[in-house]
Amino acid sequence: MNRSRAAWLFLAPALLVLAVFFLVPVIAGLLLSLTDYDLYALADIHNLRFVGLHNYWELLHRPLFWAALGHTLYFVIAGVPLSIAVSLGAALLLNSPFARARAFFRTALFAPVVTTVVAVAVIWRYLFNPKYGVVNFVLVHLGVHPVDWLGDPHWAMPMIILFAVWKNFGYNMIILLAGLQAIPAELYEAARIDGASVWRQFRHITWPMLTPILLLVCILTVSGYFQLFAEPYVITEGGPLQSTVSVLYLMYDEGFKYWNMGTASAVAFLLFVVMFAATALMWRAGEAREAVA
Amino acid sequence: MRIAHALRCAAFSVCVLLTACSQSDDRHTLQFWTIGREGEAVQKLLPEFRRAHPEIRVEVQQIPLTAAHEKLLTAYAGGSLPDVTQIGNTWVPEFAALHALEPLDARVAQSRDIDSHDYFPTVWATNRIDGALYGIPWYVDTRLLFYRVDLLREAGFDAPPHDWTEWQAQMDAIRAKSHGKRWGALLPTNEYDQLLALALQEHVPLLRDGGRYGNFQSAEFKRALSFYVGLFKRGDVPAYTNIQVSNPWEEFGRGAFVFYLSGPWNIGEFRKRLPASQQEDWNTAPLPGPDGPGDSVAYGSSLVIPRTSQHKQAAWELIEYLSRPYVQQRFYELLGDLPPRRSAWESTALKNDHELHAFREQLERLAPAPPVPEWEQIVNMMQETAARAIAGQLTIDQAAAQMDAQADAMLAKRRSVLSREEKVRP
Repeated sequence: MNRSRAAWLFLAPALLVLAVFFLVPVIAGLLLSLTDYDLYALADIHNLRFVGLHNYWELLHRPLFWAALGHTLYFVIAGVPLSIAVSLGAALLLNSPFARARAFFRTALFAPVVTTVVAVAVIWRYLFNPKYGVVNFVLVHLGVHPVDWLGDPHWAMPMIILFAVWKNFGYNMIILLAGLQAIPAELYEAARIDGASVWRQFRHITWPMLTPILLLVCILTVSGYFQLFAEPYVITEGGPLQSTVSVLYLMYDEGFKYWNMGTASAVAFLLFVVMFAATALMWRAGEAREAVA
Repeated sequence: MRIAHALRCAAFSVCVLLTACSQSDDRHTLQFWTIGREGEAVQKLLPEFRRAHPEIRVEVQQIPLTAAHEKLLTAYAGGSLPDVTQIGNTWVPEFAALHALEPLDARVAQSRDIDSHDYFPTVWATNRIDGALYGIPWYVDTRLLFYRVDLLREAGFDAPPHDWTEWQAQMDAIRAKSHGKRWGALLPTNEYDQLLALALQEHVPLLRDGGRYGNFQSAEFKRALSFYVGLFKRGDVPAYTNIQVSNPWEEFGRGAFVFYLSGPWNIGEFRKRLPASQQEDWNTAPLPGPDGPGDSVAYGSSLVIPRTSQHKQAAWELIEYLSRPYVQQRFYELLGDLPPRRSAWESTALKNDHELHAFREQLERLAPAPPVPEWEQIVNMMQETAARAIAGQLTIDQAAAQMDAQADAMLAKRRSVLSREEKVRP
């Protein structure tokens, strides 16, 4: 009895901070999404109407919302596996006993994570410039037809995905590297004595030992990638033909550019529902796997 | 002893500071917000105002252009708008709808400095919402043609075009003579100014019933839209966004395109970025219209007094000072911003500048955008839909119908607010 009271007392500051800075805004946002709060309501509160689920209804009938959701899912489904594969590859290379200048490469590969999106995005815009960019220059020399990266609606999103992968893989790489280093060396030694090939060592030691960390990395990356905004905002401004407008981008336009706070809050909640479902699914998959193992 | 002395000194200086503060409160401290580079230039204009009004202390605050709109709205929401502020004239309807601005009609009627007839009428009118005047134009801005004199001559034309037909013929000739190496013009497909200017030339409002519904399915708008989309379809203009062409000045210098539809700041950019040998090769021309020289967009910045200001008279005196023709001429010399008053254009600096002549002419032919708070959202939607038509995803009729449908949806709240207001005051 006394112990639990003490526990609550210790938890109180954290709970208070959570309530004030997280719970209250979330509830306020939910209430806001049920109203048509906009410029007119800002001018005169009598112009504020309770509209129930109208904002959600309206959004679900808007082609741009579905397009934005499609672009976001495309980004997540293509970007997350690619990003984790690159992170894992880099981590394995760094962890290999043959690796030289390990500290240098660790820093170099992590460097993109700490750069500013805006500054790097400007450079990427130059790299992918259809006329003068070095990427097309290389493609032409390889005999490939040059690609209009910034102007063709089919190629803009792949470019954004490449950018995001390059910018973010270092972060997961560090986490995975820590996971790799935590695997006991005796396991590999025993496997080698039994004559297991490098591939079998990876398949039966590295992979299962790394699964919990991979699940964590997956969940973090998925929730991060669902919040795609800065990359298209800086590189393509949502274009060409709105092919890089993400859900969060739509929310920004509605809320901060046009001051339709009701609609913007509804977009935010719909994104929350999608992300919640995706994360829950991944937990389930992870747990099922553990149960099987 | 020493400590006591230090304490006494500190106490004394605090007293001095306090009295100093209260003194400056007695005088008017005028908060003046500017957007972008205007803030630096205005500092150089203020000493004379300070001499004439020693009792007024002006505090200039610069807000960056990209954040200006949000910052002003947030300041309104938080009740912390300044005493005077610069504001884009397309934002005036929005802030008037918020009841954030002080009407200025009575002050203008009594003013010796500000004569409404001296201003370019369309720019003046953009500050008038539902019959009340909310802002005084500070500088004007419009869009017209920048063109390569030498390349146009090479294609066989001595003068820039007067109407759409002539313009199109010139661009066709440029394409043909250069064997497709040069484009006729650069009109970035993610900028709405160009289509807006062409559409305003038709003199048919883009919204109908007092800004309650879209009017994009009018025959006139469709004519402007099909001319605009046609330029891309004919191959005279490339379907590029301004992200694909990151350095239009260099491309213009290289002769990648002959016409560029843009604003007055590019006079300075071309002078700075093109080599001296090319300075004779470019000029500006008024915007060609459907039948003869046409209108262009009436942009610019205005000075406004928020309703919440405690020093409205002092704020007005500052606006009057900044509106004097000779102050505006100095402002032009400092920054290149175009004066909104005809008399300010009488200075030799402005008269002798031959690249400015087209602007002087264009300023007499301006058309305002519809004065509704939702305009920014509507015009962005218009351009996004037009870009789909350029890409071949929509026909002209489909695009116009979509624009109307979306504009009607964006204006739904406005319709309900207006009908409620009508019920309140019959």
